[in-house]
This record gives sequence, structure tokens and C-alpha cells, in this order.
Amino acid sequence: MSFAADRDPMASVLADGSRRALRGYAGFIAAGFAIAAAFAYADAFNLARYRDALPTILVLLGDSLPPDFSRWQSWGRPLAETLAMSICGTVLAAAAAAPLGALAASGTGFPVASHAARLVLNTLRSIPDLVWGIMFVAAVGFGPLPGLLALACHSTGMLGKFYAEIIEHVDAAPGEALRSHGVSRLAVLRFSVLPQILPRVVDVTLYRWEHNIRAATVLGVIGAGGIGLELITAFHLFAYREAMALIFLLLALVTAINMLGAWLRSRFLQ
Amino acid sequence: MARLGGRLVLQHVSLAIPGGAITAIVGRSGAGKTTLIRTLNGLVRPCSGTVQVAGVGTLDGPQSWRAHRRRTATVFQDHALIGRLSAIDNVLLGLADQRHPLSLLPWPRTLRQRAATALDSVGLLARAEAPVCKLSGGERQRVGLARALVRDPALLLADEPFASVDPALVGQLSRDFRAAVWQCGLTVVIVLHQLDIALSIADRIIGLVDGHVAFDGPPCAFDSAARGRVFHNLRALSPLPKDAP
Repeated sequence: MSFAADRDPMASVLADGSRRALRGYAGFIAAGFAIAAAFAYADAFNLARYRDALPTILVLLGDSLPPDFSRWQSWGRPLAETLAMSICGTVLAAAAAAPLGALAASGTGFPVASHAARLVLNTLRSIPDLVWGIMFVAAVGFGPLPGLLALACHSTGMLGKFYAEIIEHVDAAPGEALRSHGVSRLAVLRFSVLPQILPRVVDVTLYRWEHNIRAATVLGVIGAGGIGLELITAFHLFAYREAMALIFLLLALVTAINMLGAWLRSRFLQ
Repeated sequence: MARLGGRLVLQHVSLAIPGGAITAIVGRSGAGKTTLIRTLNGLVRPCSGTVQVAGVGTLDGPQSWRAHRRRTATVFQDHALIGRLSAIDNVLLGLADQRHPLSLLPWPRTLRQRAATALDSVGLLARAEAPVCKLSGGERQRVGLARALVRDPALLLADEPFASVDPALVGQLSRDFRAAVWQCGLTVVIVLHQLDIALSIADRIIGLVDGHVAFDGPPCAFDSAARGRVFHNLRALSPLPKDAP
């Protein structure tokens, strides 16, 4: 009679190793099939569809070059609107995400509040900002206001999740040192948690701002004003050269924000 | 008695810590040394029994704990510093109970002066503006000591303060420690695993075994029999099988 526990432990460890390897290969093959099925389902293997792709793109590019900056004087206002949308949306989101993220972080001692905060963040995040935008355009009318509200809602969900993860990785030891000196809970947050999380919080918030500049452009398409509205109008009027000029303008704006973000980040992260 | 995560760590511990002297707690790992320190600074609350402090009385409520903790400071084994802050900003954290947590003002000049003096007393004034993550292990431990001393404590607790320090620096650090104690007339409770250092700097030795006090007396009485009692029954290592590759 033999039981599993009676078997030679060495043989069982070695058998376990090959079993794990087999399981790994099987998983790899299954994942490969799933990915191939996804491509097939999306019609990506239908080569006939690509026949006219390159010539069409070249024609479009030819039609849109050289870029036409002749209406540049009327772009200042929409550009400022897009910038304002992204700044206000990010600031509102950061302000709302800070308490929600702190609550959602596990190990803060309030499990019910933590689950509730996580549910709120998940909900905010799982509704795309375009959908938020359509809702707010209906609620408060056209212009940058619905855009910034939409960005704020979606970004709160994203930033809150990141903030919670950052807070979960805080080193508890300096806070314990403070508590052993009789310092209050609030003061531990202020003097131990805040200095530890500040660089990463600044980092993810700046990334979110950069993301929101692009998202604000897309929101223009659904009536939230800004440079996105100019871009979609140019496309609708087949003014491809003007559209190209607007794309260059956006590229310059995003690059400038990226450079500003990199500079701010280097100051905080040292 | 004190529990940690449902496990009873200290039992029937009855001690009087003498004022103005250095008391060293020794024992094997897991004997309850750190828990004893944490019971004295309130990070662990005893599940039965009391802690009494001269001048404060029995620690049984928020007020008495506040009064006790205001006069207490702890040096931690792993420094418990914030790496990206400068040495002086870490020392200022020792004074965090003296300002409002939501104040946006910079640290008052008088508190900065106290922090600078504390750094000077451990010989680190020249490195005051350096971020702690750029300091060596010994320098970090001295910042930790300065953060405790800046509180001007009556009771200084230290949990393995020399654990992560280069052995060559331990002598220097323990001299720093001793000097600080003499200058300020402190009461010190220090957990040490290096027995030779404990015997050289302490006025009194407490040996813990499995949460009980196995020795309590002056270093000169800590003879080989007492050492045997405190560090006894180290688990014998089982010999390797002969055919091991």
C-alpha cells in the first residue's frame, strides 16, 4: 500500500518541476490560439482589405501637405480652451482622488469604507470619458465646461487607483516612530506618509495631465469645444491641409507639456 | 503580559527600570526584547498588567500616555527615517508633536535650531542638508539618535541601535550614545544582541528567555551561569547526511 506522503520526496519535487513546465507550455499554446482567434475575428488576416490601404494613405497625406496655417489667428481661443480643460480636469480629479485613494488603500483600518471607495473609483474609471462627455454636454451645454467635468470624472477613477497603490507601498516604520512619540493619526499622514508619497503622486498626476491634453482634444469632437472641434470641422470640410496644421499644433502642445512635466518630475524625484 | 498577533510574547514580566542609568535587555531572537521596548513606548498595549512611570503614574488613558510619550524617545533598529528627506528634516520629525499637522508654515526657527543642535551633538551638522538615502548606515543611525535626542527626553528607548552598523563603527557609536546619556542625565533602555557591548555600556542587564525575565542585575553578576540561562538551548543543528552532494 502506498500513500502520497510515503513517496520519495526527491522524486516528487522533480516530478512537480516537469509538471509545472508542461503546464507552462500548455498555457503558452492556449494563449497563442486565443490571440490568433482575436486577430482573425477582427478581420486582420483578410489580405484583400490591405490592397488599397497604402495608396489611399499616400493620397490623403498628399492632400494634407503642406499644412495650411492661414487661419492661425482663430486657433488661440480653442487651444486655450483645450489647455484649460486639461488643467482643470486634472486638478479636480487629483483633489477628489486624494481622499478616495487614501480610503481605498488597504491597511488603513476601515475595511468597509475602503471597499466603498474602491467601488466608486472602479465605476468612475469604467465609464469612458467620451460617455461622461456626452452626459455632461446634455447636462450643462456645449463648451469646455462639460469637457473638464468629463475629464475630472474619468481621471478621478484612474488617479484614485494609483494613489491607493502608492499609499499601500509606504514604509510604515517612520510613521511608527512618530506614533511612539505620541503624534496623532493626522500628523502621521502629514509628516510621514505625505513626504514619502509626494514624488510618485506628482509623477502620476503629471502623466495624467499629459494624457488629459490628448483626451480633451477627442472630447472636442462631441461638442466639448477646444481644438478638437476645430480639427473635426476641418475634416468634415475636407480641409485636410488645415487639419494637418492643427495636428502639428497639437503635437507641439503635447511636446511642450511633456517637457514641462519632465522638468517638474526631475525636481521632485531628484 | 503582551500579545503580538494573538501570540503571547511577554508573561509575568515585573521590572523596575532605574532612572539615570543604562539598562540593557539581552536575549535570543524571539525572546520578547523588542516587544518589551514597544510596551514601554506604547506601540504595543499590554493585554494584562500595567506600566507605571515616575511622575506620571499608571499609564491607563490617553492623557497619561500623552504625558509619558512627551518625555520619551525611541531609536529604531532599521532607523525608521524617510530616505528622500534631508538629515535635518528627519530630525525635525522628532518634534512633530509640537506643531499643528495642517500648518503650512515652515518649521519655526527655534525648532530648527534645536534640530541643528541635536545633529551637532552626534557630529553630523556638516551633513544636515544631505538626503538621508545618501548617508552611510552609521550616519543614518546617528540621525536616528539625533531625532530621539532632539525631543530632550527623560526616557530614551533603543531597539538594536547598532544592528545595521559596520562593526568598526559600533565602538564610536556606543561612545556617542554613552556621552549623550551622561550629558543629559537620561534613563536609557537599550536592546542589544552584542553581549560584549551590553556589558561594556550598561549599568544593568535584563536577560529575557521566552518572554520571562531570566536575569536582572549588574553586568558584573552576569556570569557564565547567567549567560547559560539566558542563551541556553540553542537548537542543535542537525548534521548533514553523509551522501549529500
